[in-house]
Amino acid sequence: MISVAVRHNFSGFTLDAAFELPASGITVLFGPSGCGKSTLISAIAGLLRPDSGRIAIDGIPLCDVTARIFVPVERRRVGLVFQDSRLFPHLSVLGNLHYGLKRAPPGPMAPAGIIDLLGLAPLLDRRPHALSGGERQRVAIGRALLSQPRLLLMDEPLASLDVTLKAEIMPFLARLRSEMALPIVYVTHAMDEVSRLADTVVLMNQGRVLFSGPLSEAASRGDLPLAQRDDAAAILTMVVAEHDETRRLTRLNGAGVTLLVPKIPLSPQGAVRVRVPAREVILATAVPESISLHNIITTRVRAISEDTEHHAALVELVAGDAVLLARVTPDAVARLQLAPGVPVLALIKSMAIEVL
Amino acid sequence: MDWPGQYLTPDEWVAVRLTLGVAARSVGFGLPVAVLTALLLSGRRFPGRALVDALVHLPLVVPPVVTGWLLLLVFGLHGPVGAWLQGTFGIRLAFTTAGASLACAVMSFPLMVRAVRLSLDAVDQGLHDAARTLGAGPVDRLFSITLPLAAPGIVVGALVGFAASLGEFGAVITFAANIPGETQTLPLAIYSALQSPGGEATAARLSLVSVAFAVVGLLAADFADRRLRLRLAA
Repeated sequence: MISVAVRHNFSGFTLDAAFELPASGITVLFGPSGCGKSTLISAIAGLLRPDSGRIAIDGIPLCDVTARIFVPVERRRVGLVFQDSRLFPHLSVLGNLHYGLKRAPPGPMAPAGIIDLLGLAPLLDRRPHALSGGERQRVAIGRALLSQPRLLLMDEPLASLDVTLKAEIMPFLARLRSEMALPIVYVTHAMDEVSRLADTVVLMNQGRVLFSGPLSEAASRGDLPLAQRDDAAAILTMVVAEHDETRRLTRLNGAGVTLLVPKIPLSPQGAVRVRVPAREVILATAVPESISLHNIITTRVRAISEDTEHHAALVELVAGDAVLLARVTPDAVARLQLAPGVPVLALIKSMAIEVL
Repeated sequence: MDWPGQYLTPDEWVAVRLTLGVAARSVGFGLPVAVLTALLLSGRRFPGRALVDALVHLPLVVPPVVTGWLLLLVFGLHGPVGAWLQGTFGIRLAFTTAGASLACAVMSFPLMVRAVRLSLDAVDQGLHDAARTLGAGPVDRLFSITLPLAAPGIVVGALVGFAASLGEFGAVITFAANIPGETQTLPLAIYSALQSPGGEATAARLSLVSVAFAVVGLLAADFADRRLRLRLAA
């Protein structure tokens, strides 16, 4: 368990954030630029001494202003991956990877395993200036992991990469989550990284924490910024139940919901994360006939919030243990007489469901 | 080595070797101090930093003869430091080869500090932060990050210091005098040759040697700088 409570004043800006993070999985700090995410990361890493507050890993303080404890950066064993990689230009890739390893106590991160995980084998003899942006970030991640951190911080690690490089590096990050028992705090303002990587999210705005908790909850609450975005979507963690070879469909189960999606190359029992965009969900009060649609889910309206500016309404729907979102017009809400507690059918095209 | 015998007289050859030796010692002792001074000046602010900075640059702006005379006052036989060195260790600096090296070191010191400091200031603070998160303490970072990254400046500082020492005249002749075989470096030997009848040939030959050294030095500095920069390209 990592607990963070930090207060820090800049000229005209106050960071006042407190939250607790689970000891494993990826926690994403999400918010607009200048909301204090990077400042918070600096404080956790020890590069910034907050005006007041306490930061502790498993109850052992890294920083406790009232108790006058401030563990220097180099003794925190908190890894940090910077947006601009910051590889040492005078060392080869291997030299960079070994920099932290040599200075760390023995730990679970083995060089061979990390090199394999991040696909670094062909790069080892190269100098940082001879690497592409994506390669540099992979080396920086490997270097941080090999310093045997108790906690890994990643400060917008993909922000300086273009879409192609981002797509190249995301699978490595997803592997990191599934294969490492290491808590990761990941800063970003890119929604695709949140839905793909986050287990827990901390939503921030203007130096304050709006919400901290599981991604599925953060994504589906109409009062939080994620659901207010154009690309609002429900995020569900599901398991492959079976493949229907003749219909070329895959059935996914999870959170009390069953979804059919175009066949995916994953064996049964494999875990997947799916994204159901709110604008792709149609609401109905009766089952339509003769329709191409595969997924008709019985739900109950939890809440409705209207976005007057865009003439849209966001309907939160409870189905089993899952919450789906539907973005419809206020007119549709009126015609179907939707209100909290009303049962309604959610119609979802199988093609509209994104398997992440 | 006897090949230069074909081109230089034994006396001239003595002056050439003496000059190289004096310049080497000037850099050998001066450079480490210059690196330390540059680290001090490029690091955290401290009271009196401006004063240290001014002192370092003094030899650059004061006439060399004055620097030589000040050295004489401090390190001469009756100077405070000179008397102590003589009394405690039996070391004499004034009017000796060691003294010539000291005069050269002091004169080239600001150039060496400048070169080193420029490259220290160019070291990205972000790399320091990265090294800290990877567990490197202050001394560790000095040797694993700062000095390797400042290497181009240190090499250039050494070469510039060496070149400046080869040509130093005023401070050397004032502090160490013009003693053939002991303190008579190339510029002093050229000066003396020009003062004596029929010395033009000697002056010309030694001038050629000086020019050759200067050209080789400049090329070496440029080459080293480019090689190291290429290696460190970010």
